[in-house]
Amino acid sequence: MDNIVGKKSGLTWAVHISVALLVALWLFPTLGLFVSSFRTADQIVSSGWWSAFRTQEAQLAPIRVAGEEVQRDGRYVIEGTLFPRGQATLSHWGVNVNRPTEFAPGDTADLGDGVTLTVDETGAYVLSGPSSFEGQRLPRIFSTATTPPEFTLDNYRNILLDPRNVDGMAKAFFNTLTVTIPATIIPILVAAFAAYALAWMDFPGRALLIAAVVGLLVVPLQLALIPLLKLHLNVGIGKGYLGVWLAHTGFGLPLAIYLLRNYMVGLPRDIIENAKVDGATDFQIFTRIILPLSFPALASFAIFQFLWTWNDLLVALVFLIDATGETTVMTKQIVELLGTRGGNWEILATAAFVSIAVPLVVFFTMQRYLVRGLLAGSVK
Amino acid sequence: MNPALQGLITIVVGVGGCVAYYYFSNQLLDKVLFPARGPEAGRNINRANMIRPWLFLFPALFALGLYLAYPVFETLRLSLTQRLPGGGSEWVGLQNYRNMLGEPKFWEALRNNMLWLIVVPAASTAFGLLAAQLTDRIRWGNIAKSLIFMPMAISFVGASVIFKLIYDTRAADQPQIGVLNALWLQFEGGFWSLVFLKIVPALILLAFAAIVAWVAWIFVRPMFKTGEPTGFWTVPLRLFVAGAAIYLIFLSLRSIVNIFGAELPYGQPQTWLTIPFWNNFFLMVVLIWIQTGFAMVILSAALRGVPEDTVEAAIVDGANPFQIFFRIKVPQIMPTIVVVWTTITIVVLKVFDIVFAMTNGQWETQVLANYMYDKLFRANDWGIGSAAAMVIMLLVTPILVWNVWNARRELR
Repeated sequence: MDNIVGKKSGLTWAVHISVALLVALWLFPTLGLFVSSFRTADQIVSSGWWSAFRTQEAQLAPIRVAGEEVQRDGRYVIEGTLFPRGQATLSHWGVNVNRPTEFAPGDTADLGDGVTLTVDETGAYVLSGPSSFEGQRLPRIFSTATTPPEFTLDNYRNILLDPRNVDGMAKAFFNTLTVTIPATIIPILVAAFAAYALAWMDFPGRALLIAAVVGLLVVPLQLALIPLLKLHLNVGIGKGYLGVWLAHTGFGLPLAIYLLRNYMVGLPRDIIENAKVDGATDFQIFTRIILPLSFPALASFAIFQFLWTWNDLLVALVFLIDATGETTVMTKQIVELLGTRGGNWEILATAAFVSIAVPLVVFFTMQRYLVRGLLAGSVK
Repeated sequence: MNPALQGLITIVVGVGGCVAYYYFSNQLLDKVLFPARGPEAGRNINRANMIRPWLFLFPALFALGLYLAYPVFETLRLSLTQRLPGGGSEWVGLQNYRNMLGEPKFWEALRNNMLWLIVVPAASTAFGLLAAQLTDRIRWGNIAKSLIFMPMAISFVGASVIFKLIYDTRAADQPQIGVLNALWLQFEGGFWSLVFLKIVPALILLAFAAIVAWVAWIFVRPMFKTGEPTGFWTVPLRLFVAGAAIYLIFLSLRSIVNIFGAELPYGQPQTWLTIPFWNNFFLMVVLIWIQTGFAMVILSAALRGVPEDTVEAAIVDGANPFQIFFRIKVPQIMPTIVVVWTTITIVVLKVFDIVFAMTNGQWETQVLANYMYDKLFRANDWGIGSAAAMVIMLLVTPILVWNVWNARRELR
């Protein structure tokens, strides 16, 4: 805006750089999780995710020699490889914990008593000795190797497709979906009728009701937990899907009514009055004129409610998940994993990303409506 | 029954039920109760039109009343009673509140909540304003906005996992996989450590203190100016703001002194989430990261609504970009800044998932919402849990009143 008077601001470059920094800073955390979810457990532990794209040289965990013993030329020989997946190149190795880089690839180490060990560049090792290794502790190999960047889909396969995996997300994913869809659709309908009445029908107490809705907008749902749980248990709904659908509907209504009313009030008065003159009833005006015209507002609220119910933890914990855990949702499953699998980032990152992916897709495809809804809800 | 099938049936029954309710209740009103025929047709139409709004409103009002209004009063009642073994409850007056006030964990939660209330809205709004102003001036601004806005779609739990990876700690002899520790181990106490770990934080704190002083001055100034009408009832509010500001400035100045006095444990990986007091800030970062996008989107719309001619006039008068921003644009979008601030404040008051997932209130990171959950569902003490919920409600009430007040003014 500074170049209105024909002067190009000297700060333009500073602006570009600052925005780039800001975006990088904001993207960096998510990117970390995303990259980690495609790495194997070994890779995650051996280096930070930011070096996942480089060929890296790292000291690997010691590997104990193992394998079938065969007799060859009067010596007992065990052969095997350090890198079963064949992706790494050995640069140094050793057999002593204090000198892990003692030997170069291809060197032969003398382990005493005529026992020798050779490791070549590909990680293949040959241990040979004059007598059988039966019953002996075999030596450990300390290795330093370079590995090219490698990414895998195995984590996702484990988390999503393996039905025996107790850490799996497949069931939780469908449970979340089951919670989300009715909890998004039902409040829209209920709120739309109410919003129409508050926007276009004249009756005593209307202003008071609108004020009440605005007030309820900020009532913390924490207050509702115990009274409603008691109510649900008393009327026999108990903990389950029906309860969580009802709760989400109730908690979502103030925002829905507020957003939709604000939008409907802005619709042109002429259309509605013309329709009335032509003899349309309020019900017809609502279904034939108002609903189709309010599509953008309906879409905004639908996205809000979808994101909110999909990402919710508290309501599901209180109203849905019972002792059997059959109805667990993804957020709850992730919290469980944080407790039991705190260090297993390949599981955690993948599970979290599975739950994040759907909202992200919705976000990027429907961003226009989301922004419009936010603006309608706050800049008033 | 398969839950997916049950869900489908619920959608059909729910949607169908709603549509059927609205359709048939309208039919009933128009055709049976007050038919627009016969000698009383005119009166009947009027009567039907008086009732119809309530037909439209009834399901929503019922749900709102049952799910939001009734619980407020029921929670209030529960907070004054105590459950008896074997069912039933007895009236105990304010005993639950007294017990709660006697618990150090409660005061810890309250203190942390206050910290959250100061830091998170301030930081989110400031970053949002910065991002909005910067991205509005460049061509790829929309993409940048979209990416900064993205965390809004991520659940608090997902964000907690993301940041736990950042704060991850490994033993000193292993490669660090958490970014923060990897960065931390780069510092060895030399020149750059001094710059980044002492001078930069001190400058940030100083800037914070300056902003607080500026805001307080705006509040207090009218009291010294003679001739300007100030409402008498605003004096306590102004004095309160001034007092809070002085306290905050004192805290920041003391922190600056502490920063320069502190011996930092260079070269040792830190478990960030277990360092008392500071771990609160590591949790707050998560919420700031999420909420900045929200603040940015709204403030950017407000900035675009600033009339061009005021900016042009300032340019003609020779104002530099900083003056234009702080003295022309920011004052004009002040109402929007207040709205953003209060909206984030409400989110902060209800913050639960982040603390629950990351520390569960250990290492002095308890907040009210998690304290309440602890009491309700772990200790099974509904009395104290409800009392804690009422405290949250009490903190929200000023904003509630203010919102309702604004809404009513707008309707007139």
